[in-house]
Amino acid sequence: MSAQHEHAHRPGERAASASEQQLQQQVLDALHSNTPLAIQGANSKAFLGRPVDGQVLDTRGHSGIVNYDPTELVVTVRSGTPLVELLAALDDQGQTLTCEPPTFNGQATVGGMIAAGLSGPRRPWSGAVRDLVLGTRVITGHGKLLRFGGEVMKNVAGYDLSRLMAASFGQLGVITEVSMKVLPKPVSSHHLRLELPVERALLKLAEWGQQPIPITAASYLDGHLHLRLEGGVGSVRSAADRIGGEELDAGFWTQLNEQQLDFFQDPRPLWRLSLPPLTAELELPGASLLDWAGAQRWLKSDAAAEELQALASRHGGHATCYRAGVTDSPFQPLTPLLQRYHRQLKKQLDPQGLFNPGRMYPGL
Amino acid sequence: MGPKTIDNKQVISVNLLYDEKLDGPLPPVDKAGLINELRQTLPDLELLHEREDLQPYECDGLSAYRVMPLLVVMPETVEQIETFMKICHQRQVPVVARGAGTGLSGGALPLEGGVLLVLARLKNILEVNPEGRFARVQPGVRNLAISEAAAPYQLYYAPDPSSQIACSIGGNVAENAGGVHCLKYGLTVHNLLKVEIVTVEGERMTLGSDALDSPGFDLMALFTGSEGMLGIVVEVTVKLLPRPQVAKVLMASFDDVGKAGKAVGDIISAGIIPGGLEMMDNLAIRAAEDFIHAGYPVEAEAILLCELDGVEADVADECERVRQVLENSGATAISQAKDDAERALFWAGRKNAFPAVGRISPDYYCMDGTIPRRELPKVLQGIADLSAEYGLRVANVFHAGDGNMHPLILFDANQEGELERAEAVGGKILELCVAVGGSITGEHGVGREKINQMCSQFNDDELLTFHAVKAAFDPDGLLNPGKNIPTLNRCAEFGAMHIHNGELPFPELERF
Repeated sequence: MSAQHEHAHRPGERAASASEQQLQQQVLDALHSNTPLAIQGANSKAFLGRPVDGQVLDTRGHSGIVNYDPTELVVTVRSGTPLVELLAALDDQGQTLTCEPPTFNGQATVGGMIAAGLSGPRRPWSGAVRDLVLGTRVITGHGKLLRFGGEVMKNVAGYDLSRLMAASFGQLGVITEVSMKVLPKPVSSHHLRLELPVERALLKLAEWGQQPIPITAASYLDGHLHLRLEGGVGSVRSAADRIGGEELDAGFWTQLNEQQLDFFQDPRPLWRLSLPPLTAELELPGASLLDWAGAQRWLKSDAAAEELQALASRHGGHATCYRAGVTDSPFQPLTPLLQRYHRQLKKQLDPQGLFNPGRMYPGL
Repeated sequence: MGPKTIDNKQVISVNLLYDEKLDGPLPPVDKAGLINELRQTLPDLELLHEREDLQPYECDGLSAYRVMPLLVVMPETVEQIETFMKICHQRQVPVVARGAGTGLSGGALPLEGGVLLVLARLKNILEVNPEGRFARVQPGVRNLAISEAAAPYQLYYAPDPSSQIACSIGGNVAENAGGVHCLKYGLTVHNLLKVEIVTVEGERMTLGSDALDSPGFDLMALFTGSEGMLGIVVEVTVKLLPRPQVAKVLMASFDDVGKAGKAVGDIISAGIIPGGLEMMDNLAIRAAEDFIHAGYPVEAEAILLCELDGVEADVADECERVRQVLENSGATAISQAKDDAERALFWAGRKNAFPAVGRISPDYYCMDGTIPRRELPKVLQGIADLSAEYGLRVANVFHAGDGNMHPLILFDANQEGELERAEAVGGKILELCVAVGGSITGEHGVGREKINQMCSQFNDDELLTFHAVKAAFDPDGLLNPGKNIPTLNRCAEFGAMHIHNGELPFPELERF
């Protein structure tokens, strides 16, 4: 088998670039020698998931924006492209990725952003990484370079394999290219903080959430609710007048997103609890910070994984460890039924178990 | 036998009915034995098997395709569905799930040798939670009923397919339904929190969660739009949004379709995301105006309808900016609906465009392709050329904001050869969409209708990957066989296979 034989036979379809063919050849070689691959860009999210014993497949040689037409609201970019490079190109046109992905000190690649599926403070209001994904080019477990989805907003032909790739931690294929929906940056923004007890903050957030108030970030830390308002000039001004509080430096959100706030310097392992939005303040074994209007809670804790995951589960959510090596189950274990379908899906798409084996769960 | 048309002006092509030679063998079903076991195990399950009782279920919204199912079952509880699926799995009985049956692509078309599982009786709204901004509903709940239930709290469910008065949420999930507000508010997949599934083996499985994400692969995204091929949707938790304070509509006329298309890009370039952005060409404008009297300019080559919604201050500001953009883009006239009544009237013309076209032609064939918007002038020219070449009129209606085109090909089935020409034009329009980087279906789904066109959008390896996904969840192929993903045999038969250097891929496969 040779990478050169791949398609470009459909009208309008691009042939594989040299760097894409190189990635494909590496997968073909790995298939041939039955060598597992550890897919990575800058490896900026090495703290997430289980260790992978495999030969490194580095995507960073496959870099660059392939197609960006701001009036289409779509960008197509190679997976090895630094995320900051993409964000800068979008910013030049007054646009952005609304899921606000963290760049991890500017290291993260676009492929890693998709594969890890981490979204920033704007997530509850503007959607997750997977919500922006329109199409992907993927090297499969059979060594084929295939295209799913496309560069259009609406496309219901076939199964949505592109969105499935988001947050699959490279376990279902090597993403070589992704097409995403982009949106204009808001015309106006205002950042503020309010001193109030956490219970009261959660109540206010539930109340504001039912009204057309342009909140796009809400975090509770050190006795203060931190809010970001974004939208048209009029709506931001009237919401700011109504809510009051003291002005906040916009840099707070970047520090939160990049885990640079003092809170994150605590030496204990970092945990992320994903909970139903209305979950009341919990007694957590450690220091905590609320984000996503309470739907995402960061916790610095030495508590056992089982304890934290059971606690999250009791409240209808799940817990993830953000430090490698603390537990063998950094992601909340799945029900036996879900586990079975995960394994069957992995087996179908990656029959040789080539891609990031065990990164999410043992045996997957 | 050639294709023919039936009452509601859609096209039937006999070769699209399930053909075991092309679509794969189906297991033989012992009908009497199955009825007997269902009656004994599920005495309360309503079960139809007499010919006259089955008749209403022989088609969905694509009523040109009709097949009498083996049986119809109408469960009222999830437990019944679990037991029913266990029995069907054990007996290897194919199952086709159906909600309200409004789908336009034949996704719920029954099988002669399969049971039609009608979910319409599971129609309880289980919970509306205004503080959490979600609603938990059974699959048979109508799309509009969710927004109605949320209305007392000034909340609503955003995706609004034009059939929303009748279509059910389970079907919306199965089809990843869209609507006219997708560009700003997303498709069904963007508005779900949790979906409860009954698997082919009759087990209950939760996808998504009450939180904003869940551990493991994003199976909820995979199941959304999977057309009932991977599992049965038995409960859906949807997001609710605060209703926008105000909505305003601007209507702009153009003397050239290309200018209207460019104006769409100009609005987006100005950083404005309208709630709705629709375009109609002259033929569609005239038909709609004759029918609805919406006040459309019948001399215009194209009109744009642009709806802006949100907080009052922002909307007033955006209306002004859009008006300027439209003027700069060469609009010949711009008007703003003066009140909600006129706004409703502007929209009524657009929403009734299909029936309006039905009044000016004995038959029409509705397409559902999507394209990158920049390709609009080229695709419109291509459609005009095809229209001239084949001697058939085409009316164009688009969800212009998101590039979803609904060209309506006008023809008269009673005229010798017109239907074949209409089908040929339709096929070529979809090929044109694929060629410019678009898709054969934006929101109506593949179902049975576009099963052959899938062969031009995807190559064999991609189709095999889809089949692999199917095999992970339904290895015996019992769920909705023959829909959504064509077999390689079917693609070979329809000559749409992609041939490299004169060689067919998979030479070992049997050809028909």
